[in-house]
Amino acid sequence: MVNKLSLGIDVGSTTVKTVITDEESRIIYSKYQRHFSKVKETVTEQLAIIRGEYPNDKFTVCITGSAGLGLANSAEIPFVQEVHAAFLAVKEKTPDADAVIELGGEDAKIIFLTGGVEQRMNGSCAGGTGAFIDQMATLLGITADQLDALSLKAKKVYPIASRCGVFAKSDIQPLLNQGAMREDIAASIFQAVVDQTVSGLAQGRTIEGKVLFLGGPLHFLSGLKNAFVKTLDLDEDHAVFPDDGPVFVAFGCSLYAAQNDDRFTIDEILLKLKNAVSTDNIVTGEPLFASQGEYDEFIERHKKHDLGYADIRTYKGGAYLGIDAGSTTTKLVLITEDGKILYHHYSSNQGQPLDKIAAQIRVIYDSMNPDIKIMGAAVTGYGEDLIRSGLSIDHGIVETVAHFKAAAHFCPEVDFIIDIGGQDIKCFKIKNHSIDSIMLNEACSSGCGSFIQTFAMAMGYDIAEFAQLGLFAKHPVDLGSRCTVFMNSSVKQAQKDGATVEDISAGLSSSIIKNAIYKVIRANSPDELGKNIVVQGGTFLNDAVLRSFEKEMGRDVIRPAISGLMGAFGCALYAKEHSKGESSLISREALAEFSYTSKSAQCGGCTANCQLNIINFGKGRNFISGNRCEKGSGKAKKNNIPNLYEYKYKSIAMMKQNNQPTRPIGKVGLPLALNFYELMPFWHTLFTELGFETVFSSESSRDMYYLGQHTIPSDTVCYPAKLIHGHIEDLLDKGVDFIFYPCMSYNIDEGESDNHYNCPIVAYYPELLAANNPRLNAKNFLYPYMDLNVRKNVVRVIKDCLKNYNIKGKIPAAVEKAYLALAVHQTDIANKAAEIIRTARAENRSIIVLAGRPYHIDPEINHGIHKLITSLGMAVVTEDSIAHLARTPELEVLNQWTYHSRLYRAAAYVTTQPDMQLIQLVSFGCGIDAVTSDEVRRILENSGKLYTQLKIDEINNLGAARIRLRSLIAAMGKDA
Amino acid sequence: MAEYKKFTEDMIKTHTILIPNMLPIHFKLIIEIMKPMGYKMELLENDSRSVVDEGLKNVHNDACYPALLVIGQFMDALKSGKYDVDKTALLITQTGGGCRASNYIHLLRKAVERNFPQVPVVSLNFSGLEKDSAFKITPSIFIKLLYAVLYGDLLMTCYNKCRAYEENKGESAKMLEKWQNIIGNMFRIGKHYTATKKIYREILDDFGSIQLTGEKKIKVGIVGEIYVKYSPLANNHLEDFLLSEGCEPVVPSLLEFIMYTVTDTFNNARLYDTRNIKTRIYELVYKLLYSKQKELIKIMKEHGKFEPLHDFEHLRSLADKYISQGVVMGEGWLIPAEMAALAQSGVENIICAQPFGCLPNHIVAKGMSRAIKEDNPNANIVAIDYDPGATRVNQENRIKLMLINAKR
Repeated sequence: MVNKLSLGIDVGSTTVKTVITDEESRIIYSKYQRHFSKVKETVTEQLAIIRGEYPNDKFTVCITGSAGLGLANSAEIPFVQEVHAAFLAVKEKTPDADAVIELGGEDAKIIFLTGGVEQRMNGSCAGGTGAFIDQMATLLGITADQLDALSLKAKKVYPIASRCGVFAKSDIQPLLNQGAMREDIAASIFQAVVDQTVSGLAQGRTIEGKVLFLGGPLHFLSGLKNAFVKTLDLDEDHAVFPDDGPVFVAFGCSLYAAQNDDRFTIDEILLKLKNAVSTDNIVTGEPLFASQGEYDEFIERHKKHDLGYADIRTYKGGAYLGIDAGSTTTKLVLITEDGKILYHHYSSNQGQPLDKIAAQIRVIYDSMNPDIKIMGAAVTGYGEDLIRSGLSIDHGIVETVAHFKAAAHFCPEVDFIIDIGGQDIKCFKIKNHSIDSIMLNEACSSGCGSFIQTFAMAMGYDIAEFAQLGLFAKHPVDLGSRCTVFMNSSVKQAQKDGATVEDISAGLSSSIIKNAIYKVIRANSPDELGKNIVVQGGTFLNDAVLRSFEKEMGRDVIRPAISGLMGAFGCALYAKEHSKGESSLISREALAEFSYTSKSAQCGGCTANCQLNIINFGKGRNFISGNRCEKGSGKAKKNNIPNLYEYKYKSIAMMKQNNQPTRPIGKVGLPLALNFYELMPFWHTLFTELGFETVFSSESSRDMYYLGQHTIPSDTVCYPAKLIHGHIEDLLDKGVDFIFYPCMSYNIDEGESDNHYNCPIVAYYPELLAANNPRLNAKNFLYPYMDLNVRKNVVRVIKDCLKNYNIKGKIPAAVEKAYLALAVHQTDIANKAAEIIRTARAENRSIIVLAGRPYHIDPEINHGIHKLITSLGMAVVTEDSIAHLARTPELEVLNQWTYHSRLYRAAAYVTTQPDMQLIQLVSFGCGIDAVTSDEVRRILENSGKLYTQLKIDEINNLGAARIRLRSLIAAMGKDA
Repeated sequence: MAEYKKFTEDMIKTHTILIPNMLPIHFKLIIEIMKPMGYKMELLENDSRSVVDEGLKNVHNDACYPALLVIGQFMDALKSGKYDVDKTALLITQTGGGCRASNYIHLLRKAVERNFPQVPVVSLNFSGLEKDSAFKITPSIFIKLLYAVLYGDLLMTCYNKCRAYEENKGESAKMLEKWQNIIGNMFRIGKHYTATKKIYREILDDFGSIQLTGEKKIKVGIVGEIYVKYSPLANNHLEDFLLSEGCEPVVPSLLEFIMYTVTDTFNNARLYDTRNIKTRIYELVYKLLYSKQKELIKIMKEHGKFEPLHDFEHLRSLADKYISQGVVMGEGWLIPAEMAALAQSGVENIICAQPFGCLPNHIVAKGMSRAIKEDNPNANIVAIDYDPGATRVNQENRIKLMLINAKR
């Protein structure tokens, strides 16, 4: 009898799985294999193995999986969507499951089986998948299995942004550089994946009952399993990890195939695959080099920019050490009095920068001529503070300054420097021999070195080899210039369409460049960057990247041979310039005994509860990091620098103590969110005047965010909006009679703009809350529409709202008082700003206008950036407190949002004040700031002012903010 | 507001006005309307990757995708050498609402000024913005445009239906071309186009005569941000993809969007107690539009072969179940209303096509799906993000998942 066999082929983003089932739907064969992006080859290879075992059998066949779609189409083999395949498999094997969670290489899926079948997968922008875990492991310099092993020994979990791999990196990097335990970080990474799945995919539906976990990562990584089981609060009977989890989808695929009638031998299937012609719709560019001659000329030209070298064993005299403790790499340079290189080192820090650098200094001590005297040392980079304190380095300088010093050494007339490192892109314009403006990559645009490295590894190459491949690619693929997650799918598509590894390598190089030029620098033409361009950073050692840059710019640039070491070289030069003859650098003897222990703690200095990392170097020397202000640092010096952010936040939050009626007629809940940060005086006064007790939601925090996370329907909305969900839960828990949160298309007309809208989110968010929080109803959530510019409208609407309370007659007077209270509050803020400015001037301090929106005073939204600024000795005021001091400048855009129009006026005012600088705070996902930020920059730069933008999200990585602030100070011509 | 290059009287004769490719059927009719006034207009059809690249170069990358594409398409065209840039103008629509979209024209001007300072950018709006332009929408043009929208919507509806089921491939496209010519001709000579009833019936009969296969297909509604919803350039040829997957794409009419923008004014007046003479005018305009819509719906119903447009008053009452009509930024309350109307009329599979990070859509699309699904348990709604970096594979895979749920 002929067996009725079915073959399911699951082609995922990183693996190929094949399963054969018999007539009774039993798995009689299965295989799981990584394909390293060689999709067709791997499938063919697996089929060949099957042919060995089943040479003459006929199969019904089907393909599934994200990378299988194109293959199925071109080979004319049936295709089933992978979530559906999983669904079929579950129905067959575990019919009593309530929910299924499947994590694949680049997709995450969830299926709800009971209570309304629903199948979902992650959107186009979401991390929390196998590739994300791989990427994080790469960051730590270990394999995913090692990551898993580490996670099992964790003692604590740090909050890590889970929305996207790029964000998570920004959270992990500072933890690593501050010496947090790798075990804890490993567990935190898995927890982030769980959080992402729960918030991003479940979107309000509770995952409960019997849950089946599928896919490679959930099969192989026990730390991840534990995190899921714990978070979802499942017991052993309700958390099912099937043995065939990795091939489960292939199994479903084969079940689907069984429904077909057409049967083929393996040979016939192989033939179909062989004859498959991919639809050729990839866009390709020109080759990087037209000929070998062009390449040789290129190599020759770049050879010129090199330094002299001296022998560390024979040189005698003074030497200067420069260290760049970068985010993923460690760089050291030791130079002679005349700038020759004695020693240099470049390596991955594998998440342990302190150990790596200590080891290198040991190497230097061991190999150097006893007649060398190290007369100065300087350090820069993410790990600056840790290294400086651990190894007693003389100077810590900000990266931009270090890079500029180094670049000027090669090209004194340099106009523009672009540095692409592992995690950062840094660009600066140079004017009059000082840094004029700085551009750094945003959290969501990091197409940097580590990105290309992760790709190389995913495709089974080492980075140098991979880059070399691209040099002579005939048709570099156009992959777009967006974030890593998008890039993954672009690469997937290009592969599907038959692009070679060479073409992809060249394409990636060009993407990095386009990202840098158009997204980070925002250049419109090469001329904007000036004549003399120096490129540096480890990524530019890649000739394909360098060539792409030259091609895109249409001009030759300078790449020093020590491109990857420029930060360290700049530090060495700085150390030389500032040397006092002796260096405090840790001695050879002390280094021999050097060791440290690290532990974590929570700062109780204020409500921010910063997570501290305390590194003990012995002999009572500690290094504390993770703190936002000085309180946590152990140095209890009091900071008295005036800060309007703090004042304003307190005045809003403390308002609830005032004017509360003794015998309230009801309790109204007011969320401390979005426009309430401006209008609270109005609503509080209105309701207390009417005899209500007002209840404010509690101070925002990460926990508050988690409290409402399950009711967020759109995970790409800005963080200030997402936080409201928690505030609503908080108010409901506090037991108010109703929450009042009006919708307002229009903001208050300040007479200075073309229109006076709110942004769509501020205007209508209550609608979204009402539709997505099941606890809200028409009785406990009042969100009427009103226009504060029309008093009779406010009176009428409030009357309608509160008609059950029988207080109609009191409303007009209460509304008048409310307007008055708002005006008083705004005057108070303006007066306070004036006072701060006076005080700062008396103390000869610079003044920073930290310009955002009213809700940016929320400490969970601004992450304490204002405290960081005052800790650097500058005073802080808000945009709204000074906007009235200037008229709206001439604009190139439609000025139609009240909050945003204040930015233009604040910027215009700053241009008239020599001791003021403006820093724009931009919340990630704020589409409107795509319009305002270019305009604010233009206003400032036209008057010769610096423009600095800080992009903020749920991540609280202050490292990047600190670099920008210190660079700004350096550019202002002060010591950073 | 800074000075910009104006479109002057004498340019009417000399310049070709380029218009973006959003709704080819409608926009081709509009070109014909403007011809007798001396305007030379041309619909852009450039659709290559360089459109996106130009967009990325010239627009802030966090700006929304429609802005990026429209501006990219213009810049690509100007740079192509196909047009005499000294005799070319660009036309862009402007709504003046609280969404970022009102700023497209300014972003476009910024981009154009840098590269082609001689090229004027013309605003097409009905809100009285930029009155000093020589491109004028007179009342008589306005009325013609209204007819163009009505005919365009009817042609689009009939064409979409027939295209999905036609027995002889290409027959519907030919029919569409035939009617575009007929109606275009009427506009050009300025006659006959007001005989709507007669023309509607002829169109319906003509398309009705196309032989259909009679197979049963999954109907998939497309709602979303106006540009991404309609423009094949923006939505990666979504309608063609759905056809190739054996579905019938159902696209709501442009008239709905126009009526939605008209109701904004008096909805706001009602909510914010700001009635004035303008409100009255808009109410009259709305009455006119609604009577025209009802006429078309009545004739479509009588004919019986094609699904009539959504009655606008019905859409408004559906909206009230989910969201206030005060939500007027972007496509506002119209999106949930259209989703509900589609689900009600048996088109339960709905794609919400939106630019990645579209601000109003957080609220009106993803934010309302849950409530709509509660009332229509069979509704199968998927939001698809469009973006220069988003890939087709990713989008199509998600649509396929939705289609499986549809088949089950």
